[in-house]
Amino acid sequence: MKKLITNALNKAVGTESAPITAAIEKGGIRRFAEAIDDPNPLFQDELVARSSRYGGIVAPPTFLRSLPTSRPELPVDPPLERILDGGSAWEYLEPVRSGDVITAVTQISDLNERESKSIGQMLIATFETIYTNQFGYVVAKQRATTIHY
Amino acid sequence: MVRILYWEDVSEGMELPSLVKHPTTRQLVKYAGASGDFYEIHYDTAFAQGTGLPGVIIHGALKSAFLGQLATDWIGEHGSLKRLSCQYRGMDVPGDVLTCKGRVVRKYREGGESLVECDIWLENGKGEITTPGTAIVALPSKGV
Repeated sequence: MKKLITNALNKAVGTESAPITAAIEKGGIRRFAEAIDDPNPLFQDELVARSSRYGGIVAPPTFLRSLPTSRPELPVDPPLERILDGGSAWEYLEPVRSGDVITAVTQISDLNERESKSIGQMLIATFETIYTNQFGYVVAKQRATTIHY
Repeated sequence: MVRILYWEDVSEGMELPSLVKHPTTRQLVKYAGASGDFYEIHYDTAFAQGTGLPGVIIHGALKSAFLGQLATDWIGEHGSLKRLSCQYRGMDVPGDVLTCKGRVVRKYREGGESLVECDIWLENGKGEITTPGTAIVALPSKGV
């Protein structure tokens, strides 16, 4: 069987996407908290959040998933159009607040291939996104694994 | 009064309070809108079946959000979530009842912080673990 991981793919490891910047708004945090059905007042109740140790509204742990990001293309020919989410690993360094301006940069950090009985040959890619706020602090890092087949 | 969970209150082997979720197709559409993940396998049954899936499935990232809530509900305002990870080993579908659970596996101090590592996971309605993971939290300590 043809190998999925070619030299071109191996060379793509470490490739970074162009940075994308987004302003974090209270309304966006509230919509996200409602969508995940998490009533924590720190995410939407200004009065409670202000009197908390954070001093204002903060975002739920996985909120950064809602920011626009661009992933570097995986040079696979023909392209693998089907994709499944394999998992994610977050590291949190600073709270994400309403009013923050966050810049995300994503790189291809790891590639593997495997054969599965149900979906056949698959490429397993790990992308690392680093989120930095307007003060230059890294607020979070996310490693997301995707299965392409 | 805000309940404060201290590091000293936690012991290895202790279970986290469970969190039960009832995801619906409506929630998947809301999550698609809020997260910007509009992949059709999460709301278009014909499309999902065309890719070989039995029907629409829950966004992995939504399950990860449920596990995040399990952790943040437990630690409260005074704790900090440091790490959250999970693997989507099994698919979950709307209409099922999903239960997030966790157990403390390690207490330790590092870099001046009082940390707790937990195994966390999500079970489907049959009690099968579809989404195992790990959370590391920092808690206030009475001793520091």
